[in-house]
Amino acid sequence: MSMPFYVSPEQLMKDRADFARKGIARGRSLVVVQYADGIVLVSENLSQALHKVSEIYDRIAFAAVGRYNEFENLRIAGVRLADMRGYAYDRRDVTGRGLANAYAQTLGTIFSSGGEKPYEVELFVAEVGDRPEDDQIYRLTYDGQVADEHGFAVMGGAAEPPTTYLKEHYRPGGSLEDAIRVAVAALGRGDGEPREIPSGNLEVAALDRTRVQQRKFRRITAGQLRTILGNGGSGGSGGSGGSGSDGSGSDGPEAPAADPDAPVAPPVS
Amino acid sequence: MAEARLGHAFLATGSSSFADFLSEQAPELLPSRRALPEGSAADLAPHGTTIVAATYPGGVVMAGDRRATMGNIIAQRDIEKVFPADEFSAVGIAGTAGIAVEMVRLFATELEHYEKIEGTTLSMDGKANRLAALIRSNLGMAMQGLAVVPLFAGYDLLAEQGRIFSYDVTGGRYEETAFHSVGSGSLFARGSLKKLYREDLDEQGCVTALVQALYDAADDDSATGGPDLTRRIFPVVGVITADGYRRLPDPEVAEVADRVIAARMGRPDGPAAPLT
Repeated sequence: MSMPFYVSPEQLMKDRADFARKGIARGRSLVVVQYADGIVLVSENLSQALHKVSEIYDRIAFAAVGRYNEFENLRIAGVRLADMRGYAYDRRDVTGRGLANAYAQTLGTIFSSGGEKPYEVELFVAEVGDRPEDDQIYRLTYDGQVADEHGFAVMGGAAEPPTTYLKEHYRPGGSLEDAIRVAVAALGRGDGEPREIPSGNLEVAALDRTRVQQRKFRRITAGQLRTILGNGGSGGSGGSGGSGSDGSGSDGPEAPAADPDAPVAPPVS
Repeated sequence: MAEARLGHAFLATGSSSFADFLSEQAPELLPSRRALPEGSAADLAPHGTTIVAATYPGGVVMAGDRRATMGNIIAQRDIEKVFPADEFSAVGIAGTAGIAVEMVRLFATELEHYEKIEGTTLSMDGKANRLAALIRSNLGMAMQGLAVVPLFAGYDLLAEQGRIFSYDVTGGRYEETAFHSVGSGSLFARGSLKKLYREDLDEQGCVTALVQALYDAADDDSATGGPDLTRRIFPVVGVITADGYRRLPDPEVAEVADRVIAARMGRPDGPAAPLT
């Protein structure tokens, strides 16, 4: 009978952390930036269909880097939790903090349980408030740690250069356009020369507190991005139809609405 | 919201249906999962009454009176019975108000849940079928007097037209053309709409025809509320077009209702339709 080798708990946790970090470092970075009227989430995403940034609830958005199948699983769990809360109590009772706690518990338990492979993901849970002071950005790591972020935050791949760039260039209280421009510029920073990311390769969504609808999440379409960034979208991925008025369904949940501010019916309370 | 890690049901793959998820995770939240003692419960709770809907080129309008009754008592005079279900559809409820409102909440959550999980909205027929399934699961309660019979209307973005669906308590789903009504005053409302409805109505005309129909229903059915002039309570009117659901603001509905009433001062039975 063979005896298992002794592995110290420190070594075990370190191995698991290294494993998770390596998986996350392979992906591209994701930036979240606060602006005057809300929070904008910007990621580099070559896919039009597989989202890294999504809506969870009225005021809550979710963004993730790492393994798609794992964070997609967590996203769906979050939607289920939020919808169940809102249905059992009231829509106002669904909070970003509660969701972040549930994610932290889940990630933490999985990370420290021997039976499961740790999740190779990092998450942002962002919640927009009635005023900028009420905005919340939570950053969750693979081991279930939660950090409360203010102003801006970066996660994924090489997070250092974008963070450095944002520290120098981020100004609080700016417009949505300014926030997107500084976020995209930050994403383009790496070890070498700054890159210009074509607008077709970006996935951008905002939690916009000025929306009259109850659901504050909206996607910024490739057409709008081209106007904001003015870089002509040279990435050869102009297949998203620009204005989105063709209703081709490529723009995610809000595809049927040509106008990004088209009315969303107020849910029954 | 303090809890331990998300359980198996949350992380399981599969269903995009909120009702299916609830049936596994929290079945007590589903209206259909409650055991009722024997006997009729029909007189225990308020009932909602008349809902009317009609299509016009470019959209569909749904309107409901504001009365809820319990036997011979008026339980509420400003109840709302027309609800947006999502961006492009609305549900009007008739029957046991408490269960109906709960069902509408569940249905609206169901549609939003699907939209968020799948990243796309259900088709108009898909929505209508989901509502049918929810009503079907309520059959046990319906047999004990707690029936819910909604009317579902929406703008079909693919067909580019307004559509109306009616239901029976067993979950039967029937698509209606042009107009339909449900509830205790529905016979009178439908008779009225037969004479007033024309295919070339515009939004304003369609709203007026529905307000007329509700007036006729209130005229002959004691459970349907007419316009309440002293309290300024008027029907809830929802208009759904390619731009989405919009509830007509009260002043606009009041204006239509005032015109209808002014005309009825001269002819109480409403506008006369030509004989041939």
